[in-house]
Amino acid sequence: MPTVKVDGVELEVAPGTTVLQACEQAGKEIPRFCYHERLSIAGNCRMCLVEISPGPPKPAASCAMPCADKMEIKTDSPMVKKARRGVMEMLLINHPLDCPICDQGGECDLQDQALFYGFDRSRFAENKRAVKDKDFGPLIETNMTRCIHCTRCVRFATEVAGVEELGATGRGESMEIGTYVGNAITSEMSGNMIDLCPVGALTSKPFAFTARSWELRRTESIDVLDAVGSAIGVDARGAEVMRIQPRLNEDVNEEWLADKSRFAYDGLKRQRLDRPYVRDNGKLREASWEEAFDRIKNTISGLDGAAIGAIAGDMADVEAMCALKDLMGALGSPNMDCRQDGAKLEAGARASYVFNSSIAGIEDADAILLVGTNPRTEAPVLNARIRKRWLAGGCKIGVIGPDVDLTYRTTHVGTGPEALADLGAFGEVLQAAERPMIILGSGAVARADGAAILAATRALAQKVGAVGEGWNGFNFLQRAASRVGGLDIGFTPGAGGRDTAAIIAGARDGAIKAVWLLGADEIDMNGLGNAFVIYQGHHGDAGAHRADVILPGAAYTEKNATYVNTEGRVQRTKAAHFPLGEAKEDWAIVRAFSAVCGKALPYDSLDAVRARMGAINPVFNSVDALAETPWSEFGTPGDISAQPFAEVVENYYMTDPISRASVTMARCTDALLPGKKKATGTHG
Amino acid sequence: MQAACASSWDNLLAVIPGGSSVPVLPKSICDSVLMDFDSLKEVKSGLGTAAIIVMDKSTDIVKAIARLSKFYKHESCGQCTPCREGTGWMWRVMERLVTGDARVEEIDLLLEVTTEVEGHTICALGDAAAWPIQGLIRHFRGEIEDRIKRRAGSGSGVAA
Repeated sequence: MPTVKVDGVELEVAPGTTVLQACEQAGKEIPRFCYHERLSIAGNCRMCLVEISPGPPKPAASCAMPCADKMEIKTDSPMVKKARRGVMEMLLINHPLDCPICDQGGECDLQDQALFYGFDRSRFAENKRAVKDKDFGPLIETNMTRCIHCTRCVRFATEVAGVEELGATGRGESMEIGTYVGNAITSEMSGNMIDLCPVGALTSKPFAFTARSWELRRTESIDVLDAVGSAIGVDARGAEVMRIQPRLNEDVNEEWLADKSRFAYDGLKRQRLDRPYVRDNGKLREASWEEAFDRIKNTISGLDGAAIGAIAGDMADVEAMCALKDLMGALGSPNMDCRQDGAKLEAGARASYVFNSSIAGIEDADAILLVGTNPRTEAPVLNARIRKRWLAGGCKIGVIGPDVDLTYRTTHVGTGPEALADLGAFGEVLQAAERPMIILGSGAVARADGAAILAATRALAQKVGAVGEGWNGFNFLQRAASRVGGLDIGFTPGAGGRDTAAIIAGARDGAIKAVWLLGADEIDMNGLGNAFVIYQGHHGDAGAHRADVILPGAAYTEKNATYVNTEGRVQRTKAAHFPLGEAKEDWAIVRAFSAVCGKALPYDSLDAVRARMGAINPVFNSVDALAETPWSEFGTPGDISAQPFAEVVENYYMTDPISRASVTMARCTDALLPGKKKATGTHG
Repeated sequence: MQAACASSWDNLLAVIPGGSSVPVLPKSICDSVLMDFDSLKEVKSGLGTAAIIVMDKSTDIVKAIARLSKFYKHESCGQCTPCREGTGWMWRVMERLVTGDARVEEIDLLLEVTTEVEGHTICALGDAAAWPIQGLIRHFRGEIEDRIKRRAGSGSGVAA
């Protein structure tokens, strides 16, 4: 272990530590622009220069210099101060003085560091350089004159996002960062470049000129637009979400966030249900809560419990599902399901529906088989973790399903479930691996033979030794934020109850008279026949169009709610502002209605609901932590059809009521998924 | 060198003893200095690539060094900050010094800019761009000042 001296303070550092890291360990702040912990070292901004002895009589870039034993480092000597001032001046001579109209203003590394390390005036009498702005697509606004050529964006695109579309053209002071050919960046992770850019060269296009960073109130919350459960900060002004940024969570999203999770927030302001509605003569009209509740009560009070069904959607929180489950119990109905996609998962066997190895565990795997899943569109942040593992080397990745570009090299093992039985050469790779991992996609079990595929995958995991002491490489990749929570709370058919398909079939043939949709929009609404439909949710999407009564709920940014991510990690969102209009938190709506129909649920506070959740399933008692999931029997061996696995996410940018209401996401669809756009008559 | 130039030694203006990247030496130093590492180091120059540029008195020394600045600006790869930004800055000031379109204080500013580039870059191109200018200012400051004063006196305006 090398011992170094930083400004006279001696400390021991791990071998391989850079001088910059050693200085940080010693509590010394080193200014930097190009250096970033999660990217390769470039050493080109020269802001982190320090004086090192022994060594040449000039300062060295601390980010790129490994510590050697007995090194003496000075971070505030006259040489270092002069170097910093010089570099700062060079960075600023061609940087425009447009801070007042720059969106980065207030959270700009260049501003902050110029204040501490720069001159107080400009000595540059020549003309400043101007650079033509580039088109990076609908998400990233470019102001390339502000670029300081740190190449963080280039390194992010190449290393983390895995799209080699950014680079520098020209040289010397003519060097420009761009996409070479002027196309939009085709990555689901591109928004992270905005965070990485230390200046205002790359800023958020949808956020442009809408707010200053210091006007915003940040709420630390959890993303629910996919099942990863990324940590987010919701920046709101008044009752409006202005932007969403990632927060650090090493176990889940590191510091990245997928584009949909980051940019779909404008969907929170459109198509919202902000008051109750009832349907009169085929038309929805605004109503009061009392009227809406009375309408429901009058319809269902005479009904037998077996004639009522409930389906929970992809963004339902556990509190709401818990309350609705209890209400259904009180009404005597066993018909409820949280698997609106028809996934053949069982509530009891937790190991079958969670990502057992944990997301961070991907980095320990030494062979990965993806079965019926495209993590790039189903969970981009998790896909970046797989790419990180792949880049580290010594990990082969096989794919059963569509052979698509996942940003890393894969071996295509097969297209359908029959490949599970015969992996070919990849079988030996898995067998030889010490910690093999199988990732089963949610689409693979949402088919008639889903239970058999689940069983076959379990058998394969056992066979290749993916499950053993200290390692469980059987991983289920969920797509919906509500799914694990719903299965954990047991929002599944009770004894003799109907599942989603059976509820819809019952509604069609009249056996089910009333259906309560808790944010469920992805089911066949036409199949609900003449049933009385209650839609509880926050967006006027498919469910609301079919509904006879609409109960306005809160979106994930407006409620304190529990979600369980695909790993089985219990996490909580926090309300950034109150629900819109007359909308209420979802569990409270169910609780209020239970009182109206005379079956009041035995809790009337959030804490009491959570206590009830903990009583149903103790996993809800430990928030943020990951519980060990016992291995168990699951799946039903049976006939498996030869039908190949299909791409589940057709359009990454529009998968749920929020992103479907988002203008930004519509622009992304237009720009980045041209195949999803209808062709015009002039298309060749 | 003396042998090669013997016929016109009195016509010598200056010598760049190491390629184009080391400080220029005026005749007064060339009269006595030896061409070896230590001696050249003593007079704040160097052997560099060991190619030699000899200039006679017909040479516009400011213009010659400005041309070198243009060369280094052109050669800068743009990777690191001091060189990318500094070579262009130094060249632009040099171009103005050629015609005298500058203020006398800018000579010191230019000298300071060269020290901000020197030693702060990844490779030695930054140093190479800085040293010829340092040599020029060290030995030919009078020439530069004269030009500035001449231009100011001729009434064609002073730089802002």
